[in-house]
Amino acid sequence: MKILVPIKRVVDYNVKVRVKSDGSAIELANVKMSINPFDEIAVEEAVRLKESGKVSEIVVVTIASEKGQEQIRTAMAIGADRGILVKTDAAIDLGGVEPLSVAKTLKALIDKENPDLVIMGKQAIDDDSNQTGQMLAALLGWAQGTFASKLDIDGDKITVTREVDGGLETLELCSPAIITTDLRLNEPRYAKLPDIMKAKKKPLEIIEPSDLGLDYSVRMKIVNIAEPQPRKGGIKVDNVDDLIDKLKNEARVI
Amino acid sequence: MSILILAEHDNVSIKTTTLNTIGAAVKIGGDIDIVVIGSNCGVVAEAASKISNVNKVILADAEHLKHQTAEEIAPIIVDLAKSYSHILAPATTFGKNALPRAAALLDMQQISDIISVESVDTFKRPVYAGNAIATVQSSDSIKLITVRSTGFDAVDATGGSAEIENYSVGAAVNLSKFIKQEFTKSERPELSSAKIVVSGGRGVGSKENFDLIEKLADKLGAAIGASRAAVDAGYVPNDYQVGQTGKIVAPDLYIAIGISGAIQHLAGMKDSKVIVAINKDEDAPIFSIADYGLVADLFDAVPELEEKL
Ligand SMILES: Cc1cc2nc3c(=O)[nH]c(=O)nc-3n(C[C@H](O)[C@H](O)[C@H](O)COP(=O)(O)OP(=O)(O)OC[C@H]3O[C@@H](n4cnc5c(N)ncnc54)[C@H](O)[C@@H]3O)c2cc1C
Repeated sequence: MKILVPIKRVVDYNVKVRVKSDGSAIELANVKMSINPFDEIAVEEAVRLKESGKVSEIVVVTIASEKGQEQIRTAMAIGADRGILVKTDAAIDLGGVEPLSVAKTLKALIDKENPDLVIMGKQAIDDDSNQTGQMLAALLGWAQGTFASKLDIDGDKITVTREVDGGLETLELCSPAIITTDLRLNEPRYAKLPDIMKAKKKPLEIIEPSDLGLDYSVRMKIVNIAEPQPRKGGIKVDNVDDLIDKLKNEARVI
Repeated sequence: MSILILAEHDNVSIKTTTLNTIGAAVKIGGDIDIVVIGSNCGVVAEAASKISNVNKVILADAEHLKHQTAEEIAPIIVDLAKSYSHILAPATTFGKNALPRAAALLDMQQISDIISVESVDTFKRPVYAGNAIATVQSSDSIKLITVRSTGFDAVDATGGSAEIENYSVGAAVNLSKFIKQEFTKSERPELSSAKIVVSGGRGVGSKENFDLIEKLADKLGAAIGASRAAVDAGYVPNDYQVGQTGKIVAPDLYIAIGISGAIQHLAGMKDSKVIVAINKDEDAPIFSIADYGLVADLFDAVPELEEKL
């Protein structure tokens, strides 16, 4: 069985981002970049399936500038076998490569690579769209198991437990399928130094969107980006009595 | 403009998130229809027909729609889409799962999680965990949009008298099979629409200690929330998670207990009217956004608060 894992290069989740002063974009110069955390969970899940003997090959794909190679190497250090970078200079966070374009790119690659399963993040922590997996499933006519906290593969049978607003839901999906990961699916490992060294030698192919017959036209134009209204800090209360008094008589919320 | 709303319901009753979604549609302006997709859900269609501002209810009722999987919902939306300029769904796990599938089939770029309507084609949506607000303008012919319910007032659930039209449902797609549901049962108000939310974090320390949070919540008639750390540690179920990648809440009062205030958590609650933080670390980032901060050990402060209320 072959798994394809799309990953995204995003601003590291620990970074507090700043908006450029002209309101056109987020400041990305000299900011730490990482694999989107949900995608790291996707890579880890694929690697665990490989370790359990159910999977023979893991291909990671990213759409990014030249620098996307860094995230592919990181995924390879976790255990992916091969990488494809679809190289673009368009913005990948906002106002450039939109989720539908990503889904179309992945579909074109899947038509060539024929994986049996795709595992990807439920959401990228930059544009917070939560669309790409569902869109890809639609374009392929495949089943979708979104927001997965548990995944079982038994031959052709894919069982996925999903984190939904009411609790948990378990579905059985026809194969092939798209899985999108939620936080509880697994805890990704830290890559060890020897694996990081090994990753440098794994095959990494670089292609252009035009090789797949795609261009990245924008349908959802960014008019402006602004910092949210800052919340005014409040006060410290001395004790519980003081707190109750403030809530009752000042804020009047209880 | 003609707007279609994808109703969120459980085949019995309509979720309030649907009413907030209609609130966003009212801001766009135009005729508003609702589609109810499910099984044996005539009562939901009845309820939908009474919602104010609704023009028509379309009922798609079939056995295979019972669990409302995206694979079965999407073709129905695609079929209905040609009559509409906008299609809106709540930005809940239901809407997030189904709508992008329909959008891709229609070749439209969905606009996720809007918090305001600027014009018929321009919307505001939070990005980067709410650290920035993007104003986006869509050039697509049909705008598929998910709506963050905290951004819009709910319309009245009564006062309307829309006609109900039956949709003739096609054959099942059968790509997925429902196995089971493990839903958290609770008498407490629903987290996303509660007036008061009491949330616990890693500081609470264990599943047993969460009793303290529950007692306080019950005293206040509040819903219970949690940080990711508390959910990951198994203190509470996943559906309690508040944050960038959990639920978004904006109650009148949010009480954060033993929660440090990571940006991912703040993303889910910083629009609450009044925020209280109880934390023993006076430098915890949560205090920078709290209206009232109490530096204290939660194991002393929470029982005392509960008792004195
Ligand atoms: C991709 C991604 C998505 C995420 N999404 C979310 C999300 O949706 N929601 C979310 O919440 N987090 C999310 N996180 C996690 C987030 O970054 C933080 O790790 C998490 O919010 C921390 O939870 P916490 O505040 O409970 O724990 P901690 O940061 O460990 O804080 C515990 C706090 O409890 C206090 N404390 C301890 N003991 C006591 C005591 N006895 N009395 C009083 N105070 C005490 C401590 O001083 C501390 O401030 C996400 C992270 C990633 C990478």
